[in-house]
Amino acid sequence: MSGPLTPSQTVGPFFGVGLPFENGEQIVPAGSAGAIRIEGQVLDGNGDPVPDALLEIWQPGAGFGRARTDSEGAFSFMTAKPGATPAPDGRPQAPHLNVTVFARGLLRHLVTRMYFPDEADANAADPVLSLVEPVRRQTLIANNCGGVLRFDVRLQGERETVFFAI
Amino acid sequence: MTLTLWFSVASATQRREGESVRVMSDREDEREPPYLYPDYVGTRLRAPAKPLVHLPEGFHDFPAPLFPRTIGDLDHDLTRRHAGEPIGERIIVTGRVLDGDGRPLRNTIVEVWQANAAGRYLDQEDQHPAPLDPNFTGAGRCLTDDDGRYRFITIKPGAYPWKNHRNAWRPAHIHFSLFGSWFRSRLVTQMYFPGDPLMPRDPILQSIPDQAGRERLVSRFDPETTVPEWALAYRWDIVLRGRAATPFEDEE
Repeated sequence: MSGPLTPSQTVGPFFGVGLPFENGEQIVPAGSAGAIRIEGQVLDGNGDPVPDALLEIWQPGAGFGRARTDSEGAFSFMTAKPGATPAPDGRPQAPHLNVTVFARGLLRHLVTRMYFPDEADANAADPVLSLVEPVRRQTLIANNCGGVLRFDVRLQGERETVFFAI
Repeated sequence: MTLTLWFSVASATQRREGESVRVMSDREDEREPPYLYPDYVGTRLRAPAKPLVHLPEGFHDFPAPLFPRTIGDLDHDLTRRHAGEPIGERIIVTGRVLDGDGRPLRNTIVEVWQANAAGRYLDQEDQHPAPLDPNFTGAGRCLTDDDGRYRFITIKPGAYPWKNHRNAWRPAHIHFSLFGSWFRSRLVTQMYFPGDPLMPRDPILQSIPDQAGRERLVSRFDPETTVPEWALAYRWDIVLRGRAATPFEDEE
């Protein structure tokens, strides 16, 4: 027997008083060994910045991060690159971060993944990336911009980020 | 505007005992609001236009993280965060956090945030010309107890205008954020108050496709928990998703 689930509602524009916490974007402390910086922007269907979005990164076994976007739609995280993890069927998954997106205008949160640009072989064999049509896979792989990993989230439009049903 | 009528008769019962896990999972999605709900203008440029990618069962069956901050003893009491007491109607909001099988979720974090009694958030982007309250921040956290119960003390939030359409007002609500036990359990939602005449006109609440689902977001007055001479109480239970696949073994 299963009870009726509680439906989702938008996080709204004013979550800033309740959800962000100090240094929430630092899954590992800045300056620690192996720390990598991730930067990105959340953009809407017109390509305009989304200044009222909240992102969460979940790395099982490593930690949890939470960061909101600023007036330019920009966010950043500091974390450590995870290792390969097994898929439910035992096949290896390429290193990746689980990224959850909340925003005013999102009645439910969105779930996506960020893969690493220096893992071409592992990415090519990844069981999740292989389910995504090739032309859209690139939306899930960060770009290395001078040592910073750039990962933009496009909610809608031509280069819309791939989101996963949960 | 084509708002669904709050008073429309629910066409189907929501109980589906004995059906398979896979069917349950699909039906769960039907009960959630869609991403694109044009009456809520904010969805129009933010809802994904391409279909979500479905992963095989199990890919999202991993545990929720531990929240990386400690919860203070008074974090559940939004009325005792400043030197004085906030203006407004003091209320107790309590309920249980359960999984789909009715089991309590113990020691799980519940985060809340809300407007003050005048309908104003402590947020510089909130331009509603209503007063801020120097004694009210409007944010709280707590952990559920062994019965899955949470309890907040706060003041009843006011309604506020939001420019979605002409004369648009949000019904009074408290935002809730929960993690539960699994990645799939994550939920951000809003709790409403019984009898609020703004609910039938609110496209955010009305985005939920069935009346039973909308009613699940409305708390009820709780005379048993109401404290005489001190505060009214409202009760609201929350049911979170579990894993997509529930093994017969390894149950807690």
